[in-house]
Amino acid sequence: MGKIEWAMWANEQALASGLILLTGGIVGVAGQFRGWQFAAYAIAAGVFVCLLEYPRSKRAKGTSVERTGQYCFTVCVKSFGPLTRNYYVRAFLHAAICVPGGFMLATVLGCVCLGIASIIYLAAAIRGEHWEPIVPRKDTVRPPPADIKNPPQNPPPRPPPETRRKRVEDLEGAAYDNPIPVKD
Amino acid sequence: MGNFAANEGLSIFVIHALSWARAPAACLNFNCMLILLPVCRNLLSFLRGTVQCCSRTAARQLDRNITFHKLVAYMIAFHTAVHIVAHLFNFEYFMDAQLQRNSSHLPFVLSEIGSGDNASFLNPIRTNETNPTIVMFTTVAGLTGVAITLALILIITSSMEVIRRSYFEVFWYTHHLFVVFFVGLVFHGFGRIVRGQTAGSLETNRPEACAEHFEDWGGPGSGCAVPAFAGNPPMTWKWVVGPMILYVCERLVRFYRAHQKVVITKVVMHPSKTLELQMKRKGFHMEVGQYVFIQCPSVSRLEWHPFTLTSAPEEDYFSAHIRIVGDWTEALYEACVGDKTQPQEAWKLPKLAIDGPFGTASEDVFRYEVVMLVGAGIGVTPFASILKSVWYKRIQQNQEVFTKKIYFYWLCPETEAFEWFADLLQSLEGQMTEKGVTDFLSYNIYLTRWKETEAAHFRVHHEAENDPITGLKQKTLYGKPNWDHEFSSIATAHPGTKVGVFLCGPPQLGKSLEKQCLSHSEADVKFIFNKENF
Repeated sequence: MGKIEWAMWANEQALASGLILLTGGIVGVAGQFRGWQFAAYAIAAGVFVCLLEYPRSKRAKGTSVERTGQYCFTVCVKSFGPLTRNYYVRAFLHAAICVPGGFMLATVLGCVCLGIASIIYLAAAIRGEHWEPIVPRKDTVRPPPADIKNPPQNPPPRPPPETRRKRVEDLEGAAYDNPIPVKD
Repeated sequence: MGNFAANEGLSIFVIHALSWARAPAACLNFNCMLILLPVCRNLLSFLRGTVQCCSRTAARQLDRNITFHKLVAYMIAFHTAVHIVAHLFNFEYFMDAQLQRNSSHLPFVLSEIGSGDNASFLNPIRTNETNPTIVMFTTVAGLTGVAITLALILIITSSMEVIRRSYFEVFWYTHHLFVVFFVGLVFHGFGRIVRGQTAGSLETNRPEACAEHFEDWGGPGSGCAVPAFAGNPPMTWKWVVGPMILYVCERLVRFYRAHQKVVITKVVMHPSKTLELQMKRKGFHMEVGQYVFIQCPSVSRLEWHPFTLTSAPEEDYFSAHIRIVGDWTEALYEACVGDKTQPQEAWKLPKLAIDGPFGTASEDVFRYEVVMLVGAGIGVTPFASILKSVWYKRIQQNQEVFTKKIYFYWLCPETEAFEWFADLLQSLEGQMTEKGVTDFLSYNIYLTRWKETEAAHFRVHHEAENDPITGLKQKTLYGKPNWDHEFSSIATAHPGTKVGVFLCGPPQLGKSLEKQCLSHSEADVKFIFNKENF
């Protein structure tokens, strides 16, 4: 199946689960369902999972595509060091978070989706993947000087054709032959 | 469909969010019918061929089938969400109705109906010693609902652009969960869990009059009998059975075509890691710019990869130029060539399967009088087929072709990638000079990236007659083309014509070309933009 980084899919699945947990929680609380305390927990859990999963990891191979505005989240997640770097921790964390969601109908879907995400993270961890922050590139590209806008419209000035002699028998040597002497 | 309150009768007093659930369900029926149709590519190819005789514009709409598929998928996701939220509320109301065991509470009274015969009930939750989650997992509708929603979520998360572009296999295999989705969808309504007042009951118990006197129902002189409820028969299968059958036929057609024998007649290894395979198959017929799906069972039994055909229809073989970038292409290279430098025996070459050819926008090239072809990097491959076909038609057979002038632009970052295509252009150039038709094809090659050492070499050889890189008479240009200038000069050179602009390349280039087409299309000259991208 190619060298897939399972963590990438686990990340998408976990983010989606976070949103589903959040939505289920909001519905449970807003509708004042029985067991709304679980729904309130689901809101908090959903927000937490979304914040944790929003910053994408840097890929081991290939170009990484950031999510919009993920840099501040990257900084927060990075600060937890090995807790967030290690995918075993994430797998068990998601498995633990999802359990209370199973006690109420509105949050059951979020619970199952997060459980699936946890399984995929476990697969990623077994394969030795880990989370790497995407840091912006330090080498700033030098902006071109302000007066360079268009390519030149005219060819460079050349001497008249008679002085421009093409030595076809020795093209390499002709390159250094200046028909007009260069003055300082 | 009418007024739900009138049709479902007293149900609405318990199932408050009934219409909120029914409406997205109706939309879901429609969308699930539509979603299978854009991915029947054999059917679409056939339709495209038949429609093309009548109207070119209509045929072009079929090129955007994947975009349509995605839009319908977004709608399915949205309506599923609304449907689930509505039913969450409904189940809460059902539970409420059972828990508030108070005879002066209409929902409770309604829930008690049908407890004797277990047939004419309204509330699917029959006791108060349960909770909605348990009920969900013990009803057909609940179980199928959970299964299809999970399948939908997994399909969506693996279809995100990041996953799709990097790991196509995950996307493709997970997408097959749609089978679970459709099976679950068809059986979702079989439990008839959402119930309305029966027609017979609506006669004896009219909701507008009887709803207030619910304590007297069935009593003498009340004029209201005890209502009876029944579930509606499942409707979804009527919507999706047609497209499901069409899709099954599509997969059968693909399977059949895959088993037709394909013979590799020649394998050529080009520089820049490009492998050319020349093949033959009985009864294979192609048009310019089409593509095929290639499978190599010895490499992978389940993977089919699309490649544009680089041969012309006039040739007796068909070929594809395959760039070696990933696992599958590398394994294919090993199987076909490996490290052998001696010619191979024909029977040692691997067996291949071909599905296709499928049509794309490039088929329309010869229907325009003036044509601009723009290829970026490997995107030049469909145009290889077109140029070869042009050569065969115009030069060899001297046929009158509708196309009078071709402007060809090739944007490429590296010099090595030129080789196989440069050979083609060189032979075209030679042939055209021989026959004296030099102004039919005007091509411009742009080198968008170069190294310092190469730049010095170019400066030195500026005066040479042939281009130092390609060996062609037309000099290679550097940087990116000035599209404004190009479009304006073409517009002035060909007033009163429709100019077809064909692009195979990255989306940003497509956007800028599209803008240029729109801005330069004045009263007499029209630029019509066609884009092909995998």
